[in-house]
Amino acid sequence: MALLEVRNLGISFGGLRAVDSLDMTIDQGQLYGLIGPNGAGKTTVFNLLTGVYRPTEGIITLDGQNLVGKKTVEINKAGIARTFQNIRLFKNMSVMDNVKIGLHNHFKYNLFTGILRLPGYRKVEKSMDERAMELLKVFDLDKEAGNMAANLPYGKQRKLEIARALATEPKLLLLDEPAAGMNPNETEELMKTIQFVREKFKMTILLIEHDMKLVSGICEEVTVLNFGTVLAQGKTGDVLNDPRVVKAYLGE
Amino acid sequence: MIAVKKYQKLLINIGIAVVIYVLVMLAIQFGWVGRQLLSMIVPVCTNVMMAVSLCLIVGFLGELTLGHAAFMSVGAYSGALVSMNLPLPGWLSLAVGLVVGGVVAALAGVIIGVPVLRLRGDYLAIVTLGFGEIIKSVFNTLGITGGASGLSGIPLMTSYRNFTLVFILTLIVVVVVSNLVKSRQGRAICAIRDNYIAAEAAGIKVSKYKVMAFVISAFFAGVAGVVYAHNISILKPGNFDYNTSIEILVMVVLGGMGSIRGSIIAAVILTLLPELLRGVADYRMLVYSIVLIVMMLFNNSKFKEKLMARRQAAKVSKEA
Repeated sequence: MALLEVRNLGISFGGLRAVDSLDMTIDQGQLYGLIGPNGAGKTTVFNLLTGVYRPTEGIITLDGQNLVGKKTVEINKAGIARTFQNIRLFKNMSVMDNVKIGLHNHFKYNLFTGILRLPGYRKVEKSMDERAMELLKVFDLDKEAGNMAANLPYGKQRKLEIARALATEPKLLLLDEPAAGMNPNETEELMKTIQFVREKFKMTILLIEHDMKLVSGICEEVTVLNFGTVLAQGKTGDVLNDPRVVKAYLGE
Repeated sequence: MIAVKKYQKLLINIGIAVVIYVLVMLAIQFGWVGRQLLSMIVPVCTNVMMAVSLCLIVGFLGELTLGHAAFMSVGAYSGALVSMNLPLPGWLSLAVGLVVGGVVAALAGVIIGVPVLRLRGDYLAIVTLGFGEIIKSVFNTLGITGGASGLSGIPLMTSYRNFTLVFILTLIVVVVVSNLVKSRQGRAICAIRDNYIAAEAAGIKVSKYKVMAFVISAFFAGVAGVVYAHNISILKPGNFDYNTSIEILVMVVLGGMGSIRGSIIAAVILTLLPELLRGVADYRMLVYSIVLIVMMLFNNSKFKEKLMARRQAAKVSKEA
């Protein structure tokens, strides 16, 4: 069953056609790759999906629900969470609090309960702590819960970003170059983490990646973008052997 | 034992508050300090309220505003007018004045909240600066506020003789703001400071929490204004100019941006300092500026870093 449907999606910045007539269908539970050379428009697609940009034309639906024209916050509530190419953590907050921001819309109490520390405050905060701790354990970050996010090593910051995204209980998780800046060992570990997340949370994942080993290792289907248009689309093995794709990456 | 540990921090804070209260009360009762210093007790409290409320915007929301004195003046004038004109017994009218002052200032916070949603950084600073000047001009021309000659005859109800009331109000402001920043809403405010794009992507309504921070901050600045008005009994628009806003901002910045305790300490020191230095009037500004520089150096020193690291380590080991 299709979870995310993108039809004829396009956006122009002035005269620049950043994304042009993109069609993409991601099924429930799939691990889907979005690849392409630098400047191909991959992150722009993420920004379109999450409502940062409004598409000039086209349709985006998640679970049959229209997403075009919705704000980032509404799209998150509808079920899309993301990470960023250049990590965006809440650096001066604790690791725990970073995850608790992800839980913000799922554990609620009103302003006065918080200010006056009414009984509801302790109760909700406690269950928030427990839930956040569960998530941190999944990513082996539970021992760092009290540390500042800024003090985590790079690889753990990436993991924390994923944990925060998962805390919002998305249907679809967007990962923007999760392996960027990682060494082969860290990439290997990340691959395992992503597969683990997929199985444990029954998550549908769309990822942008440059590391071909990671893409061919875990993605079932990929879309290759080049200059904003779809160059190739389909099963990972077939697409990566497509001569046009090889040419786009390596040149003639 | 476990219960004691759990509430240890709370007990220490209550202890500190009680000690301060008792010391000040004793000082007032037995005349340990001169009249000049006595008259500074309430201004110290109002500045603590101002600094702590501004800390919410500058330290936790991460926006720079240069018009905090405007919220104070809105609160001061509206609160004073209410308590002067209400046909109620003194205390009741002061209570109504405090609420009205806070609410009117909060409304001003909503008004300033609209540009806040569209502007950031320097631009917001300029707008709030302009807002402060506009408010000042309005009070200068309005008939009901007495214009440039000021509003006089405000009942003296928050002088140092009523320290208990002022102290309780100050405590309320401090407790509410520190509880707020540790709540769900406060976390959202801090997340916006650290990275508003990520906050939005994580489902935080950025505009809602920005306005919330401004409104709460303005409310308490308004309350501080009412206390101020009933302490000096005459209000002039000039009391709430750009310099006042900057003074409060300096307290927050030197207090370590986002540290409530730091803001309180800085507010107390920087309010008392000019008075304490009256004896050496010639060197007053010199000493004042040296203290500012020393506090600034301390904030960026390795020494403070070490202290903070040790505290953090202690906290982590306690949790584990």
